[in-house]
Amino acid sequence: MSTAVTAPPPVEAPAERRSRGLRFGLYLAGGFVVLCLVRVITGADELTSSGTLAVTLTATMPIAMAGLGGLWSERAGVVNIGLEGMMIMGTLGAGYFGFHYGVIAGIVGAVLLGVAGAGLHALATVVFGIDHIVSGVAINIIALGVSGFLAEAWFSDLEGGGPTQSPPLPTPFEINIDAISGPANTLEGKHWFLISDLASVVEMFTKNLSSLVVFALALFFVTQWVLWRTRFGLRLRSCGEAPAAAESLGINVYRYKIIAVLISGGLAGLGGALLSMVSSSGFQVGQTNNRGYIGLAAMIFGNWRPSGLFMGSALFGYTQALPFRQGTVSVHALLLLVALLLVAIGVVQLLRKRRVQAIGAFAFGVLFLLWYLVTDIVPRDFTTMAPYITTLLVLALASQRLRMPAADGQVYRKGSAG
Amino acid sequence: MSLARRILLALAAPVLAFVVAGAVASLVLLISGDDVGGFWSVMFSMPRHRNIVSILNTTAVLYLSGVAAAIGFRMNLFNIGVEGQYRLAAFAAGAFAGAAWLPGWLNTIAAIVVAMVVGALWAAVAGLLRVTRGVSEVISTIMLNAIAGSLVTYLLAKVALTTGNSRNTRPIPEGSRVGTVKLFSDSPTEVYGLSLVAIVVGVGFWVLLNRTRFGFDLRASGASESAAVASGVDVRKMVVAAMLLSGAVAGLVGLPSMFSDSYSYGSAFQTGLGFTGIAVALLGRNNPVGIAFGALIFAFLSEQATLLNILAGVSPDIVDVTQGVIVLAVVVAYEIVRRYRVRLEQAQVAGELAGQRRTPLLTEERN
Repeated sequence: MSTAVTAPPPVEAPAERRSRGLRFGLYLAGGFVVLCLVRVITGADELTSSGTLAVTLTATMPIAMAGLGGLWSERAGVVNIGLEGMMIMGTLGAGYFGFHYGVIAGIVGAVLLGVAGAGLHALATVVFGIDHIVSGVAINIIALGVSGFLAEAWFSDLEGGGPTQSPPLPTPFEINIDAISGPANTLEGKHWFLISDLASVVEMFTKNLSSLVVFALALFFVTQWVLWRTRFGLRLRSCGEAPAAAESLGINVYRYKIIAVLISGGLAGLGGALLSMVSSSGFQVGQTNNRGYIGLAAMIFGNWRPSGLFMGSALFGYTQALPFRQGTVSVHALLLLVALLLVAIGVVQLLRKRRVQAIGAFAFGVLFLLWYLVTDIVPRDFTTMAPYITTLLVLALASQRLRMPAADGQVYRKGSAG
Repeated sequence: MSLARRILLALAAPVLAFVVAGAVASLVLLISGDDVGGFWSVMFSMPRHRNIVSILNTTAVLYLSGVAAAIGFRMNLFNIGVEGQYRLAAFAAGAFAGAAWLPGWLNTIAAIVVAMVVGALWAAVAGLLRVTRGVSEVISTIMLNAIAGSLVTYLLAKVALTTGNSRNTRPIPEGSRVGTVKLFSDSPTEVYGLSLVAIVVGVGFWVLLNRTRFGFDLRASGASESAAVASGVDVRKMVVAAMLLSGAVAGLVGLPSMFSDSYSYGSAFQTGLGFTGIAVALLGRNNPVGIAFGALIFAFLSEQATLLNILAGVSPDIVDVTQGVIVLAVVVAYEIVRRYRVRLEQAQVAGELAGQRRTPLLTEERN
């Protein structure tokens, strides 16, 4: 087994990888500067307030965990649309074990119930070889039913609970560094361009920062390292790119796929724990509200990579958080941001001599600009639509440059290597 | 293979699935300390006349929803968006019919057309995104579902009449409503007139699949895209066409109850039929007759579920679990049976070939 993989499959050269990391940073910084600019122009201070950013972070992490789960599974070639269901199981686990046995047990319980859902998915897709999407859809139906049924059985008679919700749960330990967050808060109040905005970011990381969020953030680095820097990760990814070749090199494809799907479910379960213990005060039926799917979309948006996936999740988290922070005004200011970004995309396309795309981007940019200029607020129902429309727009603009694992979603039978 | 054996194999998968689903449901009930015997006696009790009528009405809408999903599934197009398509379409039809621009039956027919067009266009968004921008229809239809939900809420607030807590579109005028079929004299509920549309759609789906070139192309694209392209099928056009058709059928889902019972689209309109339709389509193997059985079984389970709480003190959610397990188990069971059948056929062919004197090498295994 030690000679299983000697030559790595065609991955990018180190130099290219470094430039990708650089580009990721540049995008993030550039987006932030434009956001600050829009804040100053529109006067919608909630756009980058520490409150908004804190809500963004707690809204981002469950999506990011679902996305990370999707990444593990799809890198091994198994499409996991059952993330939503595994996340539901996670919220239920956090509700039951968290209430009865404390924070740690809640988190562990959430992960384990997520893994249980994933076990079903692995059994159906890897062992029995049925269509991945069919299995995922079924798991979502089952999880929804199980959570509704068990919630009624477990929480109905508890004080503060009910047939559709758990009693308030204990929250994971929160990190507070007053020495930094205090001055940052003062600085934020000045509303200076960029400086106050950066102060908000500092404040977000030093005030009421949940330890579970930090743990989840750390998992991104762990994933990056394991999947791209270890032999285990290389083998796992080879199962998603060319399972027949992997098997011919002595890799137990089934085993790697099953492990990947189980990890995927565990991460989705953790996302559920974040939802019911950090984002809100307890478990509720229907709490996930499509976040599993959005996580999957974030992963596709991020081109099956941790950094891109995190950026996608943050985008969704932000558009989910903003409606709660003077939503109608803030989202209205966001229209200007979208208009600016579209014009910027148009310029880039024009420079690349893609006239049709450029005209399309300009046209939509002008439309958004008009919308911004003509109206004063965005109706509430439109603000709830924002994350979904963003997803569609981003995928429509970006999906041509994406490359998924070559054997993603294909059923692999043992012995196919011949 | 003998006929008896073939029938046995065809029945093996669904039977196996139901046994597994029943076992899982019993197990869950045992763990939660519920009344297992009560559950089974309620589920297998003979429905009363009024319940039979409800079952038939639910079967019709689930069938429509299932066919809508199946049209896409037949060519490996996962239209998860039936949910959003039917809600938006039902709203549009309700608003249109309530406005009463046309007299009597013309209004009804026009409203049905509006529903189909709106459903088709909403589905086409996903189809176009897929063929022009390469966006997976699974993700885009899920997003479109969520957008449709908010959009309907927004539009409803614009056009609705508010009474107390509920918002509804203007009631459909008397002359444009659709009558009901009275099956039992002692039942307060009746079969909705538009439920019969399901039969028309079913026959149409069967003819389309098996007797038209479009249906052939559809199945070919689903079975092997490269082979379809090689034989001259424009797969991109097929994707958009299939989505349009799927969305048009989805547009019908909300209509039977609206035209014969509620007479308007409101905030209390039934949701979730689109997702159940997906399960029904999978259960029926995307086959016009199979979907009918799937819809009937799911309608039966859902109707019996409404009695569970009262008669056995069991939460009706257990039926959702059972339905999900049925879908998963039936697909797994079909796969196992398929493999068994392939092996059986291989053994049979090998046996026949061994019977002849010259045995050509069987190099290609199908599994």
